[in-house]
Amino acid sequence: MNDDGGVLDRYASLVDDEAAFRAACERPLPSVVRVNTLAADADRVARAFDEEGTEYERAGWHDGLFRMADRSPGTTWPYAHGWVHGQEEVSCLPALALDPEPGTRVWDTCAAPGSKTTQVAARMNDAGVLVGNDTSLGRLSALRHNAERLGVTNLVVDQQDARNYSLNGFDFEAFDATLVDAPCSCEGTIRKNPDAFDTWTLDHVHEVAGVQKGILRRAVQATRPGGTVVYSTCTFAPEENEAVLDHVLREEDCRIVEWDCPLESVPGVTEWHDEEYDPSVARSTRIYPHHNDTGGFFLAKLRVGGDGGGEAAGDDADEEAEVAA
Amino acid sequence: MSDTADGAGAPGNDGGQFDRLPATADEREVDGRATREAVLDWWDERFGIDSGTFEGHTFWEKGKGKIWVFADGLPSPQEREGVGMTVLRTRQEHWKPTTTAVRKWGHLATRNVIELSPGEATAFAAGHDQDLPEWDGDWGYLIATHELAGGRVPIGVGLYLYDELRSVVPKGYQEELPDLGE
Repeated sequence: MNDDGGVLDRYASLVDDEAAFRAACERPLPSVVRVNTLAADADRVARAFDEEGTEYERAGWHDGLFRMADRSPGTTWPYAHGWVHGQEEVSCLPALALDPEPGTRVWDTCAAPGSKTTQVAARMNDAGVLVGNDTSLGRLSALRHNAERLGVTNLVVDQQDARNYSLNGFDFEAFDATLVDAPCSCEGTIRKNPDAFDTWTLDHVHEVAGVQKGILRRAVQATRPGGTVVYSTCTFAPEENEAVLDHVLREEDCRIVEWDCPLESVPGVTEWHDEEYDPSVARSTRIYPHHNDTGGFFLAKLRVGGDGGGEAAGDDADEEAEVAA
Repeated sequence: MSDTADGAGAPGNDGGQFDRLPATADEREVDGRATREAVLDWWDERFGIDSGTFEGHTFWEKGKGKIWVFADGLPSPQEREGVGMTVLRTRQEHWKPTTTAVRKWGHLATRNVIELSPGEATAFAAGHDQDLPEWDGDWGYLIATHELAGGRVPIGVGLYLYDELRSVVPKGYQEELPDLGE
């Protein structure tokens, strides 16, 4: 049983079914792998698993996700060949929301250890420039290893503080798309990390929210008008989610846009503990463990250049479609 | 195989940054540095992998003879922790492809590819050397493959010498995998 130390009590008023929410948080998560489409397609992975006798169940909501029955995925041929990578189902959402085009310039602000980064690379079909940044050299070594293992060649690995990231050394001045999978209090990972709440404090929540605001602001600044920024965390705390969005909406030229989440989810909250947020934070996505039997997650998709996006934004067909929607 | 004997103290080579390889020997400024032309020729001559495979990619050196391949162009030099993926070790008598490069492009190889039986493939992936006197091709670095899910799949780099196939799969990639013949 996971000891949440009462942290989950905070969110009882936010969830539709408190008992189901708490029960889901108690259950361990299955081991899941994502197919690395740079190396193989999902059907070939399934055939390889069948040939070696590895049991699995394919997730229905997204092609290329396999829930493993028992054996560690590391001891399978598809893993050895870099055809699959261990990645929790719900953490596949940011790359889907970012939806980067091959040949574009993409920045992953907090990239290590690289599950989402390598997924972004695969969605870019390994073409263009993907910058995977992180502050920690130790974690960057894991990022490099994962990228190499999966055959990613469009990744530049960089070590900077994302809050004041410099594009010096590149021959471009802004990214087309940016992912902010921010450092957070990780409440949503309790099913995977039963000790996630051991070090939880409200002070830490506020402290990490400050870092998140800094990174998200820099992400918006470093992305071209009309470009996309995706903000995600694996936590439930509105202080780290909607409040961060509310802050960046006030401080930077951007807006939150709708996106089509393939998992069951609920809108972001616009009120929390006597605070009111910009109404558009309701366009963000909250995912609770009992909705899809996954970890908890939060995600928002932003368009840079909001009302002042001007011609650059108007030239973007995708942009116009979202305005119309 | 060690690569410590070569390139030590090579003038102009800075282990702290990525320098783009010169296109040809005429453009070379750093002694001992491989050229893009030589790298492309090597993949073609050794493994029959066509130069067009790397069209649009740029090659970089960081450290002594460690060559990286990047999917696009970037200004040179780059002071980063990584630019693309490692592809090749040069500045030694026999150039050595990396495991990751062979896993990415090895399926395109038409020469110096050794196809392993299920049992041999499992032993190779675990890092074991094996006696394989039946190989009558070149000695040196080979691409070891096996049959999986309807096709030939590269496992990694082998070094063939004196009737023996040595697995040079790095320890971090060695794994006890199922024998598909069982």
